[in-house]
Amino acid sequence: MKRWLVAAIVLVLGKARRAARVPERERIVPPGPPDRGGELAVFWLLIAAAVCAVGFPVVYAVDPPHQTQFLGLSLGLALAFLAATSVLIGKRLVVTEHLEEDYGVPEHPTEQEAVEQLVEESGDRFTRKRLIVAGAGAAGAALGVALITPAASLGPVFHMDPFFRTPWRRGRLLVDEDGRPFLADDVEEEAFYTAFPQGADREQMGAPVVVVRLPRGELDLPPERRGWAPGGIVAYSKICTHAGCAIALYRKPTFRPTQPRPALICPCHYSTFDPARAGAVIFGPAGRPLPQLPLAVDATGHLRAAGNFSGAVGPSWWGVRNRQPHA
Amino acid sequence: MRHAFCLAVLALALPSLALADPPPAGIVHVNVPPGTPPKELGFQLYSANCVMCHGPNGSGVYTPRPGSGGERSLGPRLRGVGALAADFYLRTGYMPLRTPYVQPRRSRVLFSDRELRALVAYVASLGPGPPVPRPHPERGSLSDGLTLFTRNCAGCHQINAEGGYVTGGVAPPLDQATSVQIAQAIRIGPYLMPRFSERQLDDRAVDSIIRYVRHTNHRADPGGWAIGHIGPVPEGLVTWLIAMVALVATCVAIGGRRQA
Repeated sequence: MKRWLVAAIVLVLGKARRAARVPERERIVPPGPPDRGGELAVFWLLIAAAVCAVGFPVVYAVDPPHQTQFLGLSLGLALAFLAATSVLIGKRLVVTEHLEEDYGVPEHPTEQEAVEQLVEESGDRFTRKRLIVAGAGAAGAALGVALITPAASLGPVFHMDPFFRTPWRRGRLLVDEDGRPFLADDVEEEAFYTAFPQGADREQMGAPVVVVRLPRGELDLPPERRGWAPGGIVAYSKICTHAGCAIALYRKPTFRPTQPRPALICPCHYSTFDPARAGAVIFGPAGRPLPQLPLAVDATGHLRAAGNFSGAVGPSWWGVRNRQPHA
Repeated sequence: MRHAFCLAVLALALPSLALADPPPAGIVHVNVPPGTPPKELGFQLYSANCVMCHGPNGSGVYTPRPGSGGERSLGPRLRGVGALAADFYLRTGYMPLRTPYVQPRRSRVLFSDRELRALVAYVASLGPGPPVPRPHPERGSLSDGLTLFTRNCAGCHQINAEGGYVTGGVAPPLDQATSVQIAQAIRIGPYLMPRFSERQLDDRAVDSIIRYVRHTNHRADPGGWAIGHIGPVPEGLVTWLIAMVALVATCVAIGGRRQA
């Protein structure tokens, strides 16, 4: 790290020294009058670009619900302002000059020098180079930050609780979309149900579960989960462990011997989970099984949770296996 | 592991070559004297076309135990499926199926209407089962239909009923499904589709869903171009192609040098 820093400093110093001016030569490009107004406009455009670019991480952090267009707008405006800056510099500040013919072969030393000189002199109308460079730096830095910001979506860093704290507790009643509790006897084989915890916020990631009933002989749960499926009814988190889409597909064979086995499928990338084998991944990009919710049937025949999920709900990231959901 | 699997597949496939398979294409029509009761005609048609996989009297053809050799499982039991399922599978052309190991697809119906009615009557007579439903989509509510379809159907069939995929199968598009067939499919869950009981979706809910599906079949395309109705990706592509022309024009305008 230290060596890299030293190398970088030496490089920057060397560049600065090389920039020392060569003695005056005869001009190629006719000198133009300084354009203070143009320069100022360029500066403010750069600042506007910087402000818009800064807006991106701000919108990202504030996160107004379902308003991704503001993210696009901030980034788009920043780029538009940068484009306008380039247009303005090209049209008003850099001295234009007409070439009669193509540049010569690059090896020719005098012509090469002439091209260098030409480029140098073209910038002559800039009187406040530092100001412009500062503006460009601000815009560039802000844009850079804006482009790096989405990397924060690769995994929760600060706010991990929603993944481990779910509304499910031992004894919590399962209710359907309309708030009616599920009777265990009403849950049929070959059908597919979505359930929520009674009296909890349904928008929470840990709230929705899919409920299916499988023939008892087909269930193949690990020994510690034997009691989790009363009457063959199993419940899994409805949120795919790959990218967090809703598991909206249930395939069930009409005739088992010739057709694919029952599976819960995520419509986004076709991660396919086996409800009979503890939500194991049988196809697709998901890297870990669906978290299973232990179930119990109470004295009145209603379905209730018998605890919390077997693992963290929602999409996976690097630390997902390190903690267990709060009991 | 893979070798074992290949061997297993081969072992399953070999006897099938030896066994006489169902007729590769087409169906067998039977000649009966006029005035034969439909159930009798149905029985004869069943014996000629269906019995190989569904067994005598609709008992199904099941292997006693997997790996025990002998007969393979070919088709499910039909006792108790009722007129509802028979009518659906026959009128969609799902049955007869060329081989029992593929997904039934909508295809040309080879039976005549009289033969269809006879077969349905025969299958219905095998055991007590649900009759052919009579949906009334005009009584349903379009907005309820949208909600119910989104909740229960759109995962596989897509929100515009264009159909889609599940791993190992295809969710068919619903544009050719009649109202009766939609009502039937909801109750029986053909092939890999889950079924929905009266308790989950009552008849009124089914009416609403059918009304919504009918609505998706006759869409007004406010934007003009439907671009296949398959969502934002092709739409974005077309937009991008148009935008590219505009962008190139802008670049040319910016890059033009002032004439001296």
